[in-house]
Amino acid sequence: MRSKVIDFIVGLFMLAGLLGLLLLAFKVSGLTTMVGNGAFYSVSAEFDNIGDLKVRAPVSVSGVTVGRVQNIVLDPVSFRAKVILQIKQHFDKFPKDTSASILTQGLLGSNYISLTPGFDQTNLKSGGVIQTTHSALILENIIGQLMFNLKNSDKPTDKKEE
Amino acid sequence: MISAIQSLGRMGIEFCDHVGRSGIFLLQTIFRQPKWRQAWPLLSTQLYRVGVLSLAIILLSALFIGMVVALQGYNTLQKFGAEQELGQLIALSVVRELGPVVSALLFAGRACSALTAEIGLMRATEQLSSMEMMAVDPLWRVVAPRLWAGFIALPILTILFNVTAIFGGHLVGVDWLGVDGGSFWTNMQSAVSFQHDILNGIIKSLVFGFITTWIAVYQGFYSKPNSVGISQATTKTVVYSSLLVLALDFVLTAVMMQ
Repeated sequence: MRSKVIDFIVGLFMLAGLLGLLLLAFKVSGLTTMVGNGAFYSVSAEFDNIGDLKVRAPVSVSGVTVGRVQNIVLDPVSFRAKVILQIKQHFDKFPKDTSASILTQGLLGSNYISLTPGFDQTNLKSGGVIQTTHSALILENIIGQLMFNLKNSDKPTDKKEE
Repeated sequence: MISAIQSLGRMGIEFCDHVGRSGIFLLQTIFRQPKWRQAWPLLSTQLYRVGVLSLAIILLSALFIGMVVALQGYNTLQKFGAEQELGQLIALSVVRELGPVVSALLFAGRACSALTAEIGLMRATEQLSSMEMMAVDPLWRVVAPRLWAGFIALPILTILFNVTAIFGGHLVGVDWLGVDGGSFWTNMQSAVSFQHDILNGIIKSLVFGFITTWIAVYQGFYSKPNSVGISQATTKTVVYSSLLVLALDFVLTAVMMQ
């Protein structure tokens, strides 16, 4: 009798271990976020520079997450980054002239895509393309431009001093 | 001078002797004709004592370790305005390092010392010899179930440790310090890979379970049959298995994270 109780408790222990592994797999490592594509539709957007954007980064509108980045590929002809966005079926009323921009969470945070809805009467369909895009801000480029501008604005004053 | 060299040599020979004997001991115990129907009750009892009874200490320490990591990490990350990365910090440090190592150390202290003392006392009171007299193999009856119970129990304990520590981190980070729950989980999920982080952690815990239980049953089985011998064997078990866990952790990390 006592052996059966112990068997039962050991069985529960092993079951708890298995459950913990499942929890780690699904909740912690996100092994299967987006298993079924049924509740999502995908649109694509081409960017000049995606910066540090990663697959599975959030897609948000007004700060609310509505989907994820499904895939990032380089267009072999135009050499622009083609980002495929997976958006929840629930939000299927995006106007056609919606614009997408890559922003950064906080100072050091990861990149995400922010959608700004436009005013067109027709809606984006599954497989549609977002035309207006704003690339990620690359800190080095900004500093480079700043240096360039500073140098250019310095030159006239230099000449005057001479 | 000569006697110093002699004692060094004797130590070397004894070391080789120990390693060889423990290896043969392990092989004899593991590669044994399995008798599943008779072996299961023995294994189940040992799993209960080694695994289930260790749950309390493992889970409690996991909770506090997760909470402390969250608190420390939050203070540092906040300086850079990156506190939404807290989930990633907690999950990676727990799943990769803290989970396997701390649960192995606790396991060595809680379960393996008890195994050594138990088998050592059986040796001292001649229970092992009397088993042999009754044609019951003590390796099969006493050692093998404990060894297998250790192998099976530690990975399960490590998984539960990981889950509880992350829960503790969530408790402090999200519920107390006010990190956004959504970005906590999202950052964690985008940073933690199942194959590279979680499975490698479990492989580590498998190795640790193997090593610690092996040392425990070997030290118990070959302890000197008196009270001093048992106390020495128990101390050696805890010291050797803790040191080996930490050393092997470094080696395994170096191999896996390349």
